[in-house]
Amino acid sequence: MMDFGFSLAPSSAINLDTVDLSRYRKLLELEPDARICMGCGSCSATCTAAPFSGMSVRKVILGLQRGQDREVDRMLSACMLCGKCTMVCPRGINTRHLILSLCRICADGTHKEREDGR
Amino acid sequence: MIYQGKQKIWSDYQKEIPSDHWFYVRSCIRQSFFPGSEKWFLGICRDMLGHDIHETEHHTTCGGIAYHCDVIPQETAMTIVARQFSLMTEAGYKNLVASCITSFGNYIETLETWREFPELEAKVRENLWKACKREFERPEYVAHASDLIYKYRGEIAERAKYRLVNHETGEPLRVVEHIGCHYSKMFPHKGVGGAEYPCVLSGMAEAWGGQIIDYPERRHCCGFGFRQYLVKANRGYSMSNTHKKFESMEPYHPDVIITNCPGCPYFLDRWQYVISEQTGKTYGQNGFGIPVLTYEELAGLVLGIDPWDLGLQIHQVAVEPLLDKMGIEYDPKAKYLGLNEKDIMKPGLPTVLRCC
Repeated sequence: MMDFGFSLAPSSAINLDTVDLSRYRKLLELEPDARICMGCGSCSATCTAAPFSGMSVRKVILGLQRGQDREVDRMLSACMLCGKCTMVCPRGINTRHLILSLCRICADGTHKEREDGR
Repeated sequence: MIYQGKQKIWSDYQKEIPSDHWFYVRSCIRQSFFPGSEKWFLGICRDMLGHDIHETEHHTTCGGIAYHCDVIPQETAMTIVARQFSLMTEAGYKNLVASCITSFGNYIETLETWREFPELEAKVRENLWKACKREFERPEYVAHASDLIYKYRGEIAERAKYRLVNHETGEPLRVVEHIGCHYSKMFPHKGVGGAEYPCVLSGMAEAWGGQIIDYPERRHCCGFGFRQYLVKANRGYSMSNTHKKFESMEPYHPDVIITNCPGCPYFLDRWQYVISEQTGKTYGQNGFGIPVLTYEELAGLVLGIDPWDLGLQIHQVAVEPLLDKMGIEYDPKAKYLGLNEKDIMKPGLPTVLRCC
C-alpha cells in the first residue's frame, strides 16, 4: 500500500440492510416498552453520568437500532443505575430496568463469545 | 414527492438564458487540470455554432480560491470582480459567462451583496478607481458556461456525430452527473433547476442519448472544499467524501461521470487512483476506473472532436473504455503526441488502477 501521508477516514455510513440487530430484538423481547421511546432525550438531559462519560439512554437505543454495539457497551459501562432517567421519561418507560436488561443481554453475548473462543 | 408540487418548484427554477453576446472569463485552475475544456468551449460555441463570445487576455483570477481559503477579505474579492466587470463594460458586453463554478458563485455573491448593501458597491467602485482608474457597469446577466452548453444542447445534438449510447448493444450509457456546490447551493434561483433539481448536466446528457443515474449520494460534495484539500493533513477528509460518493454510485455501474466544476472532475478523477492504491478497489469495469469528463469534453466527444485534441490523455482514469462503448474512432499511438507530433512522454502506470 502506497503512503500518501493521508488516508481514508472511517465511514460513518450505516447500512440498515446489513447491521446486526440481534441485541435490539432481544431487548424488545425483554422490554417491549423500548418500542414506545420517541427519542426526546429527557433521559440524557437528566443523566448524572452524561456530562462526564457521554452516557445517553436515547443514544443507547439508537445505537442498538444501528448495530453500533461497541459504542453501546461503552455507554452502558458508565451508567450508575441511579434511576433519574426513569423519573423524567414522558412515556413512562422504566429506563433503569431497560438498562439492566440490556446489560444482561450484553453479558450473555460476552459469555458466548468467550465460550466460542472469540 | 407529489408530481404537481415538483412541477411547481421546477417552474420556479427556470432560467431565461440570453442566447448570444457573451463576455467569457476563464478559470485559473481548469486550464492546467483540463487544458482542452475552455479551448473547446470557445471552439464549439463560437466557431462551430457561430455565437458571439468574446474574451480578453487582460482578465485575471476572480479571487474565489483566496476568498474561500480566508486569505483575502470579501472587499478585495469584490474589487477583483469589479475589475472583470470593467473589462466587460470596456468590450461593450452586458452578459458575463464564467468558466468556473466558484467564479460564477463569486460573481453572483458579489452582485447579491451589492443589492443588499449598496454602500459596499460604492466603496468597491472607489477602490477600483483608486487602484486602476477603472469604472464598470453591472452585468445584466451572469451565467455559467455549462448554462450555455445546456442552452445549446439541442444544436449540439443536431450536429452530433456520436451519441451517449453503447454502439454494440444500443443501450443508453449510464451517466452520473455531479454539479459543483457553488452552482446553485448558495443561490438556488440562479441555477437551472435550483438546488433541488439541478438539470443543467442531466439535460445535456439526456439530450445526447444518455441515461441519468439517481443514486443516494448524488448531491454530496466531491470533497474538494478548498482548505480540506489545500492542507495536506486534511486530504483524507477530502478523499473520504469522494469515496462515499463512489461507494454509493458503484451498484448502478456508471459508464461516465460528467461535472461542471473545476475541482470536482479533478478529485473524482485523481482520487480514484489514490483510493485504488490505498484500498485496492477500482470502480469501473475490468479493473478500470469510471471516466470523469467536463461538460465541454463530453460535448466535444459527441460532436466528433478527436479525444486527444480534447485533452483526454491528461485524465488519470483511462477514457478508452468509454470511447469504445460510444464507438469513437481514435489512434492509441497518438495519445501522447503533442503539437507537431512531439512525444510528450507516457506517464508511469498505477499498480492497481488499470490504464491504457
